[in-house]
Amino acid sequence: MTEIFGVPIQALYGQLMLGLVNGSFYAVLSLGLAVIFGMLNIINFAHGALYMAGAMLAWMGMEYLGIGYWWMLLLAPICVGLIGIAIERLMLQWLYKLDHLYGLLLTFGLALMIEGLFRDLYGVAGQPYSIPEEFAGAFNLGFMFLPKYRAWVVVASLSVCLMTWYMIEKTRLGAYLRAATENPQLTQAFGINVPLMVMLTYGFGVGLAGFAGVLAAPASQVGPLMGSNLIIVVFAVVVIGGMGSILGSVVTGLGLGIIEGMTKVFWPEASATVVFMIMAVVLMFRPAGLFGREK
Amino acid sequence: MSRRVTIAYLVGLGLLLLAPLFIYPILVMKVLCFALFACAFNLLLGYTGLLSFGHAVFLGTAAYVTGHALKVWQLPTLVGLLAGTVAAAALGWVIGSLAIRRQGIYFAMVTLALAQMVFFFFLQAPFTGGEDGLQGVPRGTLFGLDLANDMNLYYLVAAIFSASFWLIQRTIHSPFGQILKAIRENEARTISLGYDVAKYKLLAFVLSAGLAGLAGATKTLVFKFATLTDAHWHTSGEVVLMTLLGGMGTVFGPLVGATIIVTLQNELADKVGSLVTVIMGAIFVICVLAFRRGIVGESLALYKRMIGQKL
Repeated sequence: MTEIFGVPIQALYGQLMLGLVNGSFYAVLSLGLAVIFGMLNIINFAHGALYMAGAMLAWMGMEYLGIGYWWMLLLAPICVGLIGIAIERLMLQWLYKLDHLYGLLLTFGLALMIEGLFRDLYGVAGQPYSIPEEFAGAFNLGFMFLPKYRAWVVVASLSVCLMTWYMIEKTRLGAYLRAATENPQLTQAFGINVPLMVMLTYGFGVGLAGFAGVLAAPASQVGPLMGSNLIIVVFAVVVIGGMGSILGSVVTGLGLGIIEGMTKVFWPEASATVVFMIMAVVLMFRPAGLFGREK
Repeated sequence: MSRRVTIAYLVGLGLLLLAPLFIYPILVMKVLCFALFACAFNLLLGYTGLLSFGHAVFLGTAAYVTGHALKVWQLPTLVGLLAGTVAAAALGWVIGSLAIRRQGIYFAMVTLALAQMVFFFFLQAPFTGGEDGLQGVPRGTLFGLDLANDMNLYYLVAAIFSASFWLIQRTIHSPFGQILKAIRENEARTISLGYDVAKYKLLAFVLSAGLAGLAGATKTLVFKFATLTDAHWHTSGEVVLMTLLGGMGTVFGPLVGATIIVTLQNELADKVGSLVTVIMGAIFVICVLAFRRGIVGESLALYKRMIGQKL
């Protein structure tokens, strides 16, 4: 068998693919954080918990109602988005005039509540969620076996990121959104309903998290703790990339996923911490982040 | 210091000395450790305006270092406590000098991420005992007194708490503390007045980390073990909650907040199980939405309004 630095090349490809899958989740989640931050100036700590809620909803739909993967891929993000809209209307909207830190603290409290509720209902153990039958099995690419579901996760995540980019940069709605991000008072004066835009932005951002959660459900065990560790890594991704640009979030997310996968092959002990180490290095040499602007 | 304040401090000291006669001493010591932790945290959040979301890592580091020093190296108790405190302060210097490169929300995310990195290190490192933790740490003796006796240990913990509380008071009211407050209110203006803001921030961070470490070292002595929970981000969240609930930027707020949260957890742990997390989250949300000045802050505001009406 071919080897690179003593590592079988099959294992290398496998981890590379797994890194891409994780990177796709980083990309979708950090994109959602960036969209919310741009409009609301709030770092959404509840993002991980809502990602977990998306996965749990997919599992619950299957378990209690017999609703399959494809319907839940549509319904769960909508549900999570509606939860987000409720959160924005009931709580977040009262904080916009205050220090940004209060938004972080409030959403941290919400994350604890959501996680605690699911933990109370289902315990900490993960629930299995089977891969939809269309994507069972693997492609034989000649040099490696590519599990179909992993390929689908990467394609679906990147398509969603691309669609988000197109919507924000190329459509009329996106132009309103960018205007409202730049100067809310002036945009409001032009007759655009800015509070409505803010509400929809938050709903959309957390809906992305819910979508990622459903995608993650068959790829890993579904459990109440799946969001909290992930969100801290995503924070590091956001610090590394900066929240200035959409494509920046996607590139940083994917890149770090791949680096993490490679670390699992060559230096397994460091695989959990490599993203944080990169963050430390970036802070030393480029404090504003790779794609960030110094304010 | 006015006479009224002096009397308040003396009453507080009296309560501190008498408390273990009426309440289970271990519980009071736990409250004191977390109160010190929260006071150290408040120095940073309340007086410098820096939200560190990874402060548990200093508590945890000191807990492990002190535990290791006492159990494996068998050093005297005070040296062990000092070792933990110094280790936490040194880590505070490293994390602080990285984190102060970003402001506001990014500062919070950077401290959280770096703390998580250290947490993973503790999870894998052999000396921490991984998931089992570091068990059976001896308390040792002090001036010939056996600290295995809870009452003897209590007065050591009370002394550590009082001394640290006094140190924090002195810091807040010193010229250094005034500059920290100036940074909190308006960083740009403080820079334009010629102060090296980064240096002051770092010093405040190291001081806060060291005191948080002292709290962690003392906690190891009380419970005779150190575990991963001490360094987990949940604990970082708890100290934020204690400070927020009591009142950030107030002298007694963190003390009040820590007392309430520790007592609450103690009472609720076996009654509602994992719903404790939900209750903590709900307190967070209520604090942020309804009373941001915390219990002490809101009470002071109310008191001032009443005085104002009389005049």
